[in-house]
Amino acid sequence: MVVEMTQTSKLIEGRTGSWEIVLGLEIHAQVASHAKLFSGAAVGFGAGPNEQVSLVDAAMPGMLPVINRHCVEQAVRAGLGLNAKINLWSRFDRKNYFYPDLPQGYQISQFKDPIVGEGEVEVERDDGTTFIVGVERLHLEQDAGKSIHDLDPNWTYVDLNRAGTALMEIVSKPDMRSSDEAASYVKKIRTILRYLGACDGDMEKGNLRADVNVSVRRPGAELGTRCEIKNVNSYRYIQQAIEYEARRQIEIIEDGGAIHQETRLFDPGKLETRSMRSKEEAHDYRYFPDPDLLPLELDPAWVKAIQDSLPELPDPKRKRFQSQYGLSHYDAGVLVADQARAAFFEIAAEGRDAKLVANWTVNNLLGRLAENGGDIETSPIPPQDIAGLVKLIEDGVISSKIAKEVFDHMWAGEGTPAQVVEKFGLVQITDTGAIEAAIDKIMAANPDKVEAAKDKPQAIGWFVGQVMRDTGGKANPAAVNEILKTKLGL
Amino acid sequence: MAIDAATVRKVAKLARLREPEERLASLAQELNGIMSWIEQLSEVDTDGVEPMTSVVAVKLPLREDVVTEGGDASRVLSNAPKAIDGFFVVPKVVE
Repeated sequence: MVVEMTQTSKLIEGRTGSWEIVLGLEIHAQVASHAKLFSGAAVGFGAGPNEQVSLVDAAMPGMLPVINRHCVEQAVRAGLGLNAKINLWSRFDRKNYFYPDLPQGYQISQFKDPIVGEGEVEVERDDGTTFIVGVERLHLEQDAGKSIHDLDPNWTYVDLNRAGTALMEIVSKPDMRSSDEAASYVKKIRTILRYLGACDGDMEKGNLRADVNVSVRRPGAELGTRCEIKNVNSYRYIQQAIEYEARRQIEIIEDGGAIHQETRLFDPGKLETRSMRSKEEAHDYRYFPDPDLLPLELDPAWVKAIQDSLPELPDPKRKRFQSQYGLSHYDAGVLVADQARAAFFEIAAEGRDAKLVANWTVNNLLGRLAENGGDIETSPIPPQDIAGLVKLIEDGVISSKIAKEVFDHMWAGEGTPAQVVEKFGLVQITDTGAIEAAIDKIMAANPDKVEAAKDKPQAIGWFVGQVMRDTGGKANPAAVNEILKTKLGL
Repeated sequence: MAIDAATVRKVAKLARLREPEERLASLAQELNGIMSWIEQLSEVDTDGVEPMTSVVAVKLPLREDVVTEGGDASRVLSNAPKAIDGFFVVPKVVE
Protein backbone atom coordinates (compact mmCIF):
# COMPACT_ATOMS: atom_id res chain seq x y z
CA MET A 1 0.00 0.00 0.00
CA VAL A 2 1.26 3.44 -0.87
CA VAL A 3 1.95 5.67 2.08
CA GLU A 4 -0.24 8.75 2.43
CA MET A 5 1.67 11.99 1.99
CA THR A 6 1.98 13.94 5.19
CA GLN A 7 -0.67 16.60 5.56
CA THR A 8 1.82 19.37 6.23
CA SER A 9 3.21 19.30 2.71
CA LYS A 10 -0.16 20.49 1.36
CA LEU A 11 -0.61 23.42 3.72
CA ILE A 12 -0.15 27.00 2.66
CA GLU A 13 1.51 29.54 4.85
CA GLY A 14 -0.33 32.74 5.63
CA ARG A 15 0.86 35.65 7.73
CA THR A 16 -0.71 34.17 10.84
CA GLY A 17 0.10 30.50 10.36
CA SER A 18 -0.78 27.53 8.17
CA TRP A 19 -3.98 26.98 6.25
CA GLU A 20 -5.48 23.93 4.63
CA ILE A 21 -7.45 24.14 1.37
CA VAL A 22 -10.59 22.04 1.13
CA LEU A 23 -11.91 21.34 -2.35
CA GLY A 24 -15.01 19.72 -3.77
CA LEU A 25 -15.77 19.53 -7.48
CA GLU A 26 -18.87 19.39 -9.62
CA ILE A 27 -17.88 18.02 -12.99
CA HIS A 28 -20.24 18.56 -15.90
CA ALA A 29 -19.66 15.93 -18.55
CA GLN A 30 -21.59 16.03 -21.79
CA VAL A 31 -23.07 12.64 -22.60
CA ALA A 32 -21.74 11.32 -25.91
CA SER A 33 -25.03 10.92 -27.79
CA HIS A 34 -26.53 11.64 -31.21
CA ALA A 35 -29.67 13.32 -29.91
CA LYS A 36 -30.50 15.48 -26.89
CA LEU A 37 -31.67 14.32 -23.48
CA PHE A 38 -35.38 14.98 -24.04
CA SER A 39 -35.71 15.70 -27.76
CA GLY A 40 -34.74 14.34 -31.16
CA ALA A 41 -32.56 17.30 -32.12
CA ALA A 42 -28.92 16.61 -32.95
CA VAL A 43 -26.04 17.13 -30.55
CA GLY A 44 -22.86 18.44 -32.11
CA PHE A 45 -20.43 21.20 -32.70
CA GLY A 46 -20.27 23.62 -35.58
CA ALA A 47 -23.83 23.66 -36.94
CA GLY A 48 -25.40 26.99 -37.91
CA PRO A 49 -27.19 28.90 -35.14
CA ASN A 50 -30.42 27.28 -33.97
CA GLU A 51 -30.14 24.53 -36.58
CA GLN A 52 -30.05 21.82 -33.90
CA VAL A 53 -33.12 22.88 -32.01
CA SER A 54 -36.43 21.09 -31.72
CA LEU A 55 -39.61 22.72 -30.55
CA VAL A 56 -39.07 20.97 -27.20
CA ASP A 57 -35.66 22.63 -26.81
CA ALA A 58 -37.15 25.99 -27.76
CA ALA A 59 -39.81 25.40 -25.08
CA MET A 60 -42.75 25.95 -27.36
CA PRO A 61 -46.00 25.64 -25.41
CA GLY A 62 -47.44 22.13 -25.27
CA MET A 63 -44.21 20.35 -26.21
CA LEU A 64 -43.38 17.43 -23.94
CA PRO A 65 -39.97 15.94 -23.08
CA VAL A 66 -39.31 12.27 -23.87
CA ILE A 67 -36.11 10.90 -22.35
CA ASN A 68 -33.28 9.42 -24.46
CA ARG A 69 -32.61 5.81 -23.43
CA HIS A 70 -28.97 5.97 -24.53
CA CYS A 71 -28.31 8.95 -22.24
CA VAL A 72 -29.79 7.05 -19.30
CA GLU A 73 -27.56 4.10 -20.16
CA GLN A 74 -24.46 6.29 -20.25
CA ALA A 75 -25.28 7.70 -16.81
CA VAL A 76 -25.63 4.15 -15.49
CA ARG A 77 -22.33 3.15 -17.11
CA ALA A 78 -20.61 6.17 -15.58
CA GLY A 79 -22.12 5.34 -12.19
CA LEU A 80 -20.86 1.77 -12.40
CA GLY A 81 -17.44 3.02 -13.50
CA LEU A 82 -17.31 5.23 -10.41
CA ASN A 83 -18.10 2.25 -8.18
CA ALA A 84 -21.32 4.00 -7.27
CA LYS A 85 -24.77 2.90 -6.22
CA ILE A 86 -27.27 2.88 -9.10
CA ASN A 87 -30.67 4.12 -7.99
CA LEU A 88 -33.33 2.02 -9.71
CA TRP A 89 -35.85 4.76 -8.97
CA SER A 90 -34.96 8.35 -9.71
CA ARG A 91 -36.82 11.46 -10.66
CA PHE A 92 -36.48 14.70 -12.56
CA ASP A 93 -36.97 18.09 -11.00
CA ARG A 94 -37.26 21.59 -12.37
CA LYS A 95 -34.56 24.03 -11.34
CA ASN A 96 -36.14 27.42 -11.88
CA TYR A 97 -34.27 30.51 -13.02
CA PHE A 98 -34.46 33.06 -15.78
CA TYR A 99 -31.82 33.56 -18.40
CA PRO A 100 -32.18 34.21 -22.14
CA ASP A 101 -30.43 30.97 -23.10
CA LEU A 102 -32.84 28.91 -20.97
CA PRO A 103 -36.12 29.17 -22.88
CA GLN A 104 -38.08 26.90 -20.53
CA GLY A 105 -37.41 29.16 -17.56
CA TYR A 106 -36.17 26.05 -15.78
CA GLN A 107 -33.55 23.38 -16.27
CA ILE A 108 -34.70 19.79 -16.04
CA SER A 109 -32.32 18.24 -13.53
CA GLN A 110 -32.36 15.71 -10.72
CA PHE A 111 -32.38 17.17 -7.24
CA LYS A 112 -33.63 14.87 -4.50
CA ASP A 113 -33.49 11.52 -6.25
CA PRO A 114 -30.50 11.28 -8.64
CA ILE A 115 -29.92 8.27 -10.90
CA VAL A 116 -26.57 7.53 -9.23
CA GLY A 117 -25.74 7.73 -5.54
CA GLU A 118 -22.49 7.46 -3.60
CA GLY A 119 -19.32 6.03 -5.07
CA GLU A 120 -15.58 6.49 -4.90
CA VAL A 121 -12.57 6.92 -7.13
CA GLU A 122 -8.92 6.17 -6.50
CA VAL A 123 -6.77 9.03 -7.72
CA GLU A 124 -3.03 9.17 -8.19
CA ARG A 125 -0.94 12.21 -7.37
CA ASP A 126 1.98 13.22 -9.59
CA ASP A 127 4.40 11.63 -7.11
CA GLY A 128 2.73 8.24 -7.47
CA THR A 129 0.91 8.21 -4.12
CA THR A 130 -2.85 7.70 -4.20
CA PHE A 131 -5.89 9.04 -2.39
CA ILE A 132 -9.61 8.35 -2.46
CA VAL A 133 -12.21 10.88 -3.53
CA GLY A 134 -15.78 10.15 -2.52
CA VAL A 135 -18.48 10.72 -5.12
CA GLU A 136 -21.62 12.19 -3.60
CA ARG A 137 -23.87 11.61 -6.60
CA LEU A 138 -24.22 11.71 -10.37
CA HIS A 139 -27.33 13.09 -11.98
CA LEU A 140 -28.65 13.77 -15.46
CA GLU A 141 -29.63 17.26 -16.53
CA GLN A 142 -30.07 19.51 -19.53
CA ASP A 143 -27.43 21.93 -20.71
CA ALA A 144 -28.44 25.52 -21.48
CA GLY A 145 -28.04 27.36 -24.78
CA LYS A 146 -25.30 29.81 -25.56
CA SER A 147 -25.40 33.58 -25.11
CA ILE A 148 -23.04 35.60 -27.25
CA HIS A 149 -22.37 39.06 -25.87
CA ASP A 150 -19.75 40.42 -28.24
CA LEU A 151 -21.57 40.50 -31.56
CA ASP A 152 -23.39 43.74 -30.81
CA PRO A 153 -22.89 46.47 -28.20
CA ASN A 154 -26.57 46.62 -27.29
CA TRP A 155 -27.86 43.12 -27.87
CA THR A 156 -27.13 39.58 -26.78
CA TYR A 157 -27.35 36.86 -29.41
CA VAL A 158 -28.74 33.49 -28.35
CA ASP A 159 -28.05 30.13 -29.99
CA LEU A 160 -30.04 27.22 -28.58
CA ASN A 161 -28.09 24.43 -30.30
CA ARG A 162 -26.66 23.31 -26.98
CA ALA A 163 -29.94 23.73 -25.10
CA GLY A 164 -31.22 20.37 -23.95
CA THR A 165 -27.97 18.46 -24.53
CA ALA A 166 -27.53 15.75 -21.89
CA LEU A 167 -25.07 16.43 -19.10
CA MET A 168 -23.93 14.21 -16.27
CA GLU A 169 -23.11 16.23 -13.20
CA ILE A 170 -20.69 14.37 -10.95
CA VAL A 171 -20.53 15.85 -7.47
CA SER A 172 -17.51 14.94 -5.35
CA LYS A 173 -17.20 15.06 -1.60
CA PRO A 174 -14.86 17.75 -0.26
CA ASP A 175 -11.98 15.27 -0.35
CA MET A 176 -9.23 17.21 -2.12
CA ARG A 177 -6.61 19.27 -0.33
CA SER A 178 -4.57 20.93 -3.06
CA SER A 179 -4.93 22.25 -6.59
CA ASP A 180 -2.79 19.35 -7.82
CA GLU A 181 -5.16 16.84 -6.24
CA ALA A 182 -8.13 18.58 -7.86
CA ALA A 183 -6.48 18.41 -11.29
CA SER A 184 -5.54 14.75 -10.77
CA TYR A 185 -9.13 13.96 -9.80
CA VAL A 186 -10.52 15.61 -12.94
CA LYS A 187 -7.97 13.69 -15.05
CA LYS A 188 -9.08 10.44 -13.48
CA ILE A 189 -12.79 11.12 -14.00
CA ARG A 190 -12.07 12.10 -17.59
CA THR A 191 -10.11 8.91 -18.21
CA ILE A 192 -12.86 6.73 -16.75
CA LEU A 193 -15.59 8.47 -18.77
CA ARG A 194 -13.56 8.14 -21.95
CA TYR A 195 -12.97 4.43 -21.31
CA LEU A 196 -16.71 3.99 -20.87
CA GLY A 197 -17.50 6.03 -23.97
CA ALA A 198 -19.98 8.00 -21.86
CA CYS A 199 -18.28 11.35 -22.61
CA ASP A 200 -15.59 12.28 -25.11
CA GLY A 201 -13.85 14.42 -22.48
CA ASP A 202 -13.07 17.22 -24.94
CA MET A 203 -12.34 20.08 -22.55
CA GLU A 204 -11.53 22.58 -25.27
CA LYS A 205 -15.07 22.27 -26.58
CA GLY A 206 -16.43 22.50 -23.04
CA ASN A 207 -17.67 18.91 -23.13
CA LEU A 208 -16.09 18.41 -19.73
CA ARG A 209 -15.91 21.32 -17.31
CA ALA A 210 -15.87 21.80 -13.58
CA ASP A 211 -17.30 24.02 -10.88
CA VAL A 212 -14.79 24.17 -8.05
CA ASN A 213 -15.83 24.69 -4.44
CA VAL A 214 -12.99 26.24 -2.46
CA SER A 215 -12.73 26.89 1.25
CA VAL A 216 -9.85 27.24 3.69
CA ARG A 217 -9.45 26.32 7.34
CA ARG A 218 -6.86 25.89 10.03
CA PRO A 219 -5.55 22.31 9.87
CA GLY A 220 -8.06 20.03 11.55
CA ALA A 221 -10.61 22.81 12.19
CA GLU A 222 -14.25 22.87 11.07
CA LEU A 223 -14.93 23.44 7.37
CA GLY A 224 -14.77 27.08 6.33
CA THR A 225 -17.33 28.93 4.19
CA ARG A 226 -16.91 28.01 0.54
CA CYS A 227 -17.01 29.92 -2.70
CA GLU A 228 -17.93 28.24 -5.95
CA ILE A 229 -15.90 29.01 -9.06
CA LYS A 230 -18.03 28.30 -12.10
CA ASN A 231 -17.20 26.62 -15.39
CA VAL A 232 -13.47 26.09 -15.36
CA ASN A 233 -12.51 24.08 -18.43
CA SER A 234 -8.84 23.12 -18.29
CA TYR A 235 -6.54 21.46 -15.76
CA ARG A 236 -4.34 24.52 -15.67
CA TYR A 237 -7.23 26.92 -15.12
CA ILE A 238 -8.58 24.69 -12.35
CA GLN A 239 -5.22 24.87 -10.60
CA GLN A 240 -4.77 28.60 -11.14
CA ALA A 241 -8.30 29.39 -10.01
CA ILE A 242 -7.84 27.37 -6.81
CA GLU A 243 -4.46 28.92 -6.02
CA TYR A 244 -5.81 32.42 -6.45
CA GLU A 245 -9.06 31.79 -4.60
CA ALA A 246 -7.39 30.14 -1.58
CA ARG A 247 -4.98 33.08 -1.28
CA ARG A 248 -7.85 35.54 -1.55
CA GLN A 249 -9.80 33.83 1.21
CA ILE A 250 -6.79 33.54 3.51
CA GLU A 251 -6.04 37.24 3.12
CA ILE A 252 -9.62 38.20 3.95
CA ILE A 253 -9.66 36.02 7.07
CA GLU A 254 -6.22 37.14 8.19
CA ASP A 255 -7.35 40.75 7.82
CA GLY A 256 -10.17 39.97 10.23
CA GLY A 257 -12.87 39.60 7.59
CA ALA A 258 -15.26 36.76 6.82
CA ILE A 259 -15.92 34.74 3.66
CA HIS A 260 -19.39 35.08 2.16
CA GLN A 261 -20.68 32.12 0.26
CA GLU A 262 -20.92 33.20 -3.36
CA THR A 263 -20.47 32.19 -6.96
CA ARG A 264 -17.33 33.42 -8.66
CA LEU A 265 -15.88 33.41 -12.13
CA PHE A 266 -12.26 32.69 -13.06
CA ASP A 267 -10.63 35.15 -15.44
CA PRO A 268 -7.75 33.30 -17.17
CA GLY A 269 -6.38 36.56 -18.56
CA LYS A 270 -6.00 38.23 -15.17
CA LEU A 271 -5.49 34.95 -13.26
CA GLU A 272 -8.07 35.96 -10.69
CA THR A 273 -11.61 35.11 -9.63
CA ARG A 274 -14.37 37.67 -9.33
CA SER A 275 -17.85 37.67 -7.92
CA MET A 276 -20.78 36.87 -10.23
CA ARG A 277 -23.20 39.15 -8.44
CA SER A 278 -26.02 38.49 -10.87
CA LYS A 279 -26.21 34.88 -9.71
CA GLU A 280 -26.67 35.75 -6.06
CA GLU A 281 -30.36 36.55 -5.96
CA ALA A 282 -31.21 33.72 -8.27
CA HIS A 283 -29.84 31.11 -5.90
CA ASP A 284 -33.35 30.22 -4.79
CA TYR A 285 -34.11 27.66 -7.48
CA ARG A 286 -37.46 26.46 -6.08
CA TYR A 287 -36.91 22.87 -7.21
CA PHE A 288 -39.99 20.73 -7.64
CA PRO A 289 -40.69 17.42 -9.43
CA ASP A 290 -41.22 17.95 -13.15
CA PRO A 291 -44.87 17.11 -13.80
CA ASP A 292 -44.06 16.40 -17.47
CA LEU A 293 -41.93 13.37 -16.58
CA LEU A 294 -42.75 10.18 -14.74
CA PRO A 295 -40.16 8.72 -12.38
CA LEU A 296 -37.30 6.93 -14.11
CA GLU A 297 -37.44 3.26 -13.12
CA LEU A 298 -34.59 0.97 -14.14
CA ASP A 299 -34.89 -2.77 -14.62
CA PRO A 300 -32.23 -4.49 -12.47
CA ALA A 301 -31.61 -6.97 -15.31
CA TRP A 302 -30.81 -4.07 -17.65
CA VAL A 303 -28.39 -2.56 -15.14
CA LYS A 304 -26.77 -5.99 -14.77
CA ALA A 305 -26.42 -6.27 -18.56
CA ILE A 306 -24.74 -2.84 -18.64
CA GLN A 307 -22.41 -3.90 -15.83
CA ASP A 308 -21.46 -7.01 -17.79
CA SER A 309 -20.71 -4.95 -20.89
CA LEU A 310 -18.29 -2.52 -19.24
CA PRO A 311 -14.79 -2.45 -20.70
CA GLU A 312 -11.73 -3.13 -18.57
CA LEU A 313 -11.30 0.13 -16.64
CA PRO A 314 -8.00 1.98 -16.05
CA ASP A 315 -7.32 0.69 -12.51
CA PRO A 316 -7.68 -3.04 -13.24
CA LYS A 317 -5.92 -2.57 -16.59
CA ARG A 318 -2.96 -0.99 -14.87
CA LYS A 319 -2.73 -3.83 -12.39
CA ARG A 320 -2.90 -6.33 -15.25
CA PHE A 321 -0.19 -4.50 -17.22
CA GLN A 322 2.04 -4.70 -14.16
CA SER A 323 1.42 -8.38 -13.46
CA GLN A 324 1.03 -9.72 -17.01
CA TYR A 325 3.78 -7.70 -18.69
CA GLY A 326 5.97 -6.91 -15.69
CA LEU A 327 5.72 -3.17 -16.35
CA SER A 328 6.69 -0.55 -13.81
CA HIS A 329 3.91 1.26 -11.99
CA TYR A 330 4.82 4.42 -13.89
CA ASP A 331 4.90 2.93 -17.40
CA ALA A 332 1.65 1.06 -16.77
CA GLY A 333 0.06 4.29 -15.56
CA VAL A 334 1.12 6.26 -18.63
CA LEU A 335 -0.14 3.53 -20.96
CA VAL A 336 -3.55 3.06 -19.34
CA ALA A 337 -4.21 6.80 -19.02
CA ASP A 338 -5.66 6.54 -22.50
CA GLN A 339 -7.44 3.56 -23.99
CA ALA A 340 -5.83 4.04 -27.39
CA ARG A 341 -2.35 4.03 -25.85
CA ALA A 342 -3.12 0.84 -23.95
CA ALA A 343 -4.43 -0.83 -27.10
CA PHE A 344 -1.38 0.31 -29.07
CA PHE A 345 0.91 -1.16 -26.45
CA GLU A 346 -0.88 -4.49 -26.35
CA ILE A 347 -0.64 -4.88 -30.12
CA ALA A 348 3.07 -4.02 -30.07
CA ALA A 349 3.85 -6.23 -27.06
CA GLU A 350 2.37 -9.38 -28.60
CA GLY A 351 5.15 -11.98 -28.48
CA ARG A 352 7.84 -9.37 -27.73
CA ASP A 353 9.80 -8.28 -24.68
CA ALA A 354 6.94 -6.25 -23.17
CA LYS A 355 9.11 -4.11 -20.93
CA LEU A 356 11.20 -3.10 -23.90
CA VAL A 357 8.05 -2.34 -25.89
CA ALA A 358 6.70 -0.23 -23.01
CA ASN A 359 10.01 1.57 -22.80
CA TRP A 360 10.00 2.46 -26.49
CA THR A 361 6.33 3.40 -26.45
CA VAL A 362 6.44 5.58 -23.33
CA ASN A 363 9.87 7.17 -23.49
CA ASN A 364 10.46 7.46 -27.20
CA LEU A 365 7.16 7.42 -29.03
CA LEU A 366 4.88 9.21 -26.54
CA GLY A 367 7.70 11.57 -25.63
CA ARG A 368 8.21 12.51 -29.27
CA LEU A 369 4.46 12.80 -29.86
CA ALA A 370 4.08 15.08 -26.83
CA GLU A 371 6.87 17.34 -28.13
CA ASN A 372 4.80 17.71 -31.28
CA GLY A 373 1.54 18.26 -29.44
CA GLY A 374 0.08 14.90 -30.34
CA ASP A 375 -0.89 11.62 -28.77
CA ILE A 376 -1.01 8.01 -29.88
CA GLU A 377 -3.83 8.65 -32.38
CA THR A 378 -1.50 10.86 -34.42
CA SER A 379 1.47 8.49 -34.25
CA PRO A 380 3.23 8.16 -37.61
CA ILE A 381 4.56 4.81 -36.38
CA PRO A 382 2.12 1.89 -36.13
CA PRO A 383 2.36 -0.56 -33.20
CA GLN A 384 3.60 -3.29 -35.56
CA ASP A 385 6.70 -1.21 -36.25
CA ILE A 386 7.46 -0.69 -32.56
CA ALA A 387 7.18 -4.48 -32.26
CA GLY A 388 9.48 -4.83 -35.28
CA LEU A 389 12.04 -2.48 -33.77
CA VAL A 390 12.04 -4.38 -30.50
CA LYS A 391 12.42 -7.67 -32.37
CA LEU A 392 15.54 -6.35 -34.13
CA ILE A 393 16.98 -5.45 -30.73
CA GLU A 394 16.01 -8.82 -29.26
CA ASP A 395 17.61 -10.66 -32.18
CA GLY A 396 20.81 -8.66 -31.79
CA VAL A 397 20.50 -7.20 -35.28
CA ILE A 398 20.78 -3.68 -33.88
CA SER A 399 21.94 -2.29 -30.55
CA SER A 400 19.70 -0.03 -28.41
CA LYS A 401 21.89 2.83 -29.52
CA ILE A 402 21.35 2.14 -33.20
CA ALA A 403 17.68 1.54 -32.45
CA LYS A 404 17.37 5.23 -31.58
CA GLU A 405 18.66 6.09 -35.03
CA VAL A 406 16.29 3.59 -36.62
CA PHE A 407 13.46 5.13 -34.61
CA ASP A 408 14.27 8.59 -36.00
CA HIS A 409 14.02 7.25 -39.54
CA MET A 410 10.75 5.49 -38.69
CA TRP A 411 9.42 8.75 -37.25
CA ALA A 412 10.36 10.50 -40.49
CA GLY A 413 8.27 7.96 -42.39
CA GLU A 414 11.23 6.28 -44.06
CA GLY A 415 9.90 2.77 -43.72
CA THR A 416 9.52 -0.18 -41.40
CA PRO A 417 12.39 -0.93 -39.01
CA ALA A 418 13.69 -3.67 -41.30
CA GLN A 419 13.57 -1.38 -44.34
CA VAL A 420 15.33 1.40 -42.44
CA VAL A 421 18.10 -0.91 -41.25
CA GLU A 422 18.55 -2.19 -44.79
CA LYS A 423 18.42 1.21 -46.45
CA PHE A 424 20.86 2.92 -44.08
CA GLY A 425 23.14 -0.06 -43.46
CA LEU A 426 22.53 -0.03 -39.72
CA VAL A 427 22.96 -3.73 -39.11
CA GLN A 428 24.96 -4.42 -35.98
CA ILE A 429 28.43 -5.84 -36.50
CA THR A 430 28.50 -9.19 -34.75
CA ASP A 431 31.26 -10.52 -36.96
CA THR A 432 34.04 -11.00 -34.41
CA GLY A 433 36.69 -10.73 -37.10
CA ALA A 434 35.66 -7.18 -37.94
CA ILE A 435 35.46 -6.22 -34.28
CA GLU A 436 38.85 -7.77 -33.55
CA ALA A 437 40.39 -5.84 -36.41
CA ALA A 438 39.01 -2.58 -35.04
CA ILE A 439 40.29 -3.39 -31.56
CA ASP A 440 43.74 -4.35 -32.79
CA LYS A 441 44.03 -1.06 -34.61
CA ILE A 442 43.11 0.94 -31.53
CA MET A 443 45.42 -1.05 -29.26
CA ALA A 444 48.32 -0.63 -31.65
CA ALA A 445 47.81 3.12 -31.77
CA ASN A 446 47.52 3.50 -27.99
CA PRO A 447 50.10 1.30 -26.24
CA ASP A 448 50.10 3.58 -23.16
CA LYS A 449 46.37 3.07 -22.66
CA VAL A 450 46.78 -0.67 -23.07
CA GLU A 451 49.39 -0.60 -20.35
CA ALA A 452 47.24 1.54 -18.08
CA ALA A 453 44.24 -0.75 -18.49
CA LYS A 454 46.19 -3.61 -16.98
CA ASP A 455 46.18 -1.82 -13.61
CA LYS A 456 42.89 -0.07 -14.03
CA PRO A 457 40.30 -2.48 -15.50
CA GLN A 458 37.59 0.22 -15.64
CA ALA A 459 39.65 1.90 -18.40
CA ILE A 460 38.08 -0.68 -20.71
CA GLY A 461 35.24 1.81 -21.13
CA TRP A 462 37.51 4.08 -23.14
CA PHE A 463 38.29 1.23 -25.57
CA VAL A 464 34.61 0.37 -25.96
CA GLY A 465 33.93 4.00 -26.82
CA GLN A 466 36.69 4.02 -29.45
CA VAL A 467 35.46 0.82 -31.07
CA MET A 468 31.92 2.18 -31.18
CA ARG A 469 33.15 5.38 -32.78
CA ASP A 470 35.18 3.53 -35.38
CA THR A 471 32.29 1.26 -36.26
CA GLY A 472 29.69 4.01 -36.33
CA GLY A 473 28.05 2.56 -33.25
CA LYS A 474 27.23 -0.62 -35.07
CA ALA A 475 29.45 -3.04 -33.16
CA ASN A 476 27.63 -5.36 -30.79
CA PRO A 477 28.57 -3.97 -27.36
CA ALA A 478 28.54 -7.38 -25.67
CA ALA A 479 30.92 -8.80 -28.27
CA VAL A 480 33.19 -5.74 -28.04
CA ASN A 481 33.43 -6.12 -24.28
CA GLU A 482 34.22 -9.78 -24.44
CA ILE A 483 36.92 -9.50 -27.06
CA LEU A 484 38.48 -6.49 -25.35
CA LYS A 485 38.70 -8.36 -22.05
CA THR A 486 40.53 -11.22 -23.70
CA LYS A 487 42.88 -9.02 -25.64
CA LEU A 488 43.71 -6.76 -22.71
CA GLY A 489 44.14 -9.79 -20.50
CA LEU A 490 41.55 -8.64 -17.97
CA MET B 1 -47.13 28.77 7.04
CA ALA B 2 -47.80 32.49 7.11
CA ILE B 3 -46.87 34.46 4.03
CA ASP B 4 -45.98 38.11 4.58
CA ALA B 5 -45.49 40.98 2.19
CA ALA B 6 -41.73 40.39 2.08
CA THR B 7 -42.23 36.79 0.94
CA VAL B 8 -44.64 37.91 -1.77
CA ARG B 9 -42.13 40.51 -2.93
CA LYS B 10 -39.39 37.87 -3.14
CA VAL B 11 -41.52 35.28 -4.92
CA ALA B 12 -42.74 37.89 -7.38
CA LYS B 13 -39.20 38.94 -8.11
CA LEU B 14 -38.04 35.36 -8.66
CA ALA B 15 -40.99 34.84 -11.03
CA ARG B 16 -40.22 38.14 -12.81
CA LEU B 17 -43.65 39.54 -11.89
CA ARG B 18 -43.89 43.23 -11.19
CA GLU B 19 -46.26 43.88 -8.31
CA PRO B 20 -46.77 47.39 -6.97
CA GLU B 21 -45.89 47.76 -3.30
CA GLU B 22 -49.50 48.52 -2.29
CA ARG B 23 -50.67 45.18 -3.70
CA LEU B 24 -48.31 43.04 -1.60
CA ALA B 25 -50.37 42.97 1.57
CA SER B 26 -53.58 41.91 -0.15
CA LEU B 27 -51.71 39.30 -2.22
CA ALA B 28 -50.18 37.93 0.98
CA GLN B 29 -53.67 37.60 2.41
CA GLU B 30 -54.94 35.81 -0.68
CA LEU B 31 -51.99 33.44 -0.73
CA ASN B 32 -52.43 32.68 2.96
CA GLY B 33 -56.03 31.76 2.22
CA ILE B 34 -54.89 29.37 -0.52
CA MET B 35 -52.22 27.87 1.71
CA SER B 36 -54.60 27.19 4.55
CA TRP B 37 -57.02 25.63 2.12
CA ILE B 38 -54.27 23.31 0.88
CA GLU B 39 -53.27 22.54 4.43
CA GLN B 40 -56.62 20.88 4.97
CA LEU B 41 -55.17 18.03 2.92
CA SER B 42 -52.83 17.16 5.75
CA GLU B 43 -55.86 16.07 7.75
CA VAL B 44 -56.05 12.98 5.53
CA ASP B 45 -54.17 10.01 6.97
CA THR B 46 -51.64 8.98 4.29
CA ASP B 47 -49.55 6.61 6.41
CA GLY B 48 -48.41 3.68 4.31
CA VAL B 49 -49.75 5.20 1.07
CA GLU B 50 -47.25 5.44 -1.77
CA PRO B 51 -47.04 8.93 -3.26
CA MET B 52 -48.88 8.92 -6.58
CA THR B 53 -46.76 10.04 -9.51
CA SER B 54 -49.32 9.69 -12.26
CA VAL B 55 -53.07 9.29 -12.62
CA VAL B 56 -52.56 6.59 -15.24
CA ALA B 57 -50.62 3.38 -14.76
CA VAL B 58 -47.89 3.98 -17.34
CA LYS B 59 -44.14 3.89 -17.16
CA LEU B 60 -41.88 6.66 -18.36
CA PRO B 61 -41.58 6.26 -22.12
CA LEU B 62 -38.04 6.35 -23.52
CA ARG B 63 -36.85 7.39 -26.98
CA GLU B 64 -34.06 5.90 -29.04
CA ASP B 65 -30.91 7.98 -29.58
CA VAL B 66 -31.83 9.01 -33.10
CA VAL B 67 -31.93 12.49 -34.62
CA THR B 68 -35.48 13.17 -35.76
CA GLU B 69 -35.83 16.93 -35.42
CA GLY B 70 -34.01 20.20 -36.00
CA GLY B 71 -32.55 21.73 -39.13
CA ASP B 72 -35.27 24.38 -39.25
CA ALA B 73 -34.01 27.52 -37.55
CA SER B 74 -36.64 29.70 -39.23
CA ARG B 75 -39.44 27.71 -37.60
CA VAL B 76 -37.76 27.90 -34.20
CA LEU B 77 -37.31 31.64 -34.61
CA SER B 78 -40.76 32.35 -36.04
CA ASN B 79 -42.12 33.76 -32.76
CA ALA B 80 -38.98 35.64 -31.80
CA PRO B 81 -39.51 39.38 -31.33
CA LYS B 82 -36.05 39.92 -32.82
CA ALA B 83 -33.79 37.57 -34.76
CA ILE B 84 -30.65 38.19 -36.80
CA ASP B 85 -28.65 35.69 -38.85
CA GLY B 86 -30.38 32.73 -37.23
CA PHE B 87 -29.86 33.95 -33.66
CA PHE B 88 -32.45 35.04 -31.14
CA VAL B 89 -31.55 38.61 -30.25
CA VAL B 90 -32.39 39.91 -26.79
CA PRO B 91 -31.55 43.02 -24.77
CA LYS B 92 -27.97 42.91 -23.56
CA VAL B 93 -27.30 40.65 -20.59
CA VAL B 94 -23.76 40.67 -19.29
CA GLU B 95 -22.14 38.74 -16.50
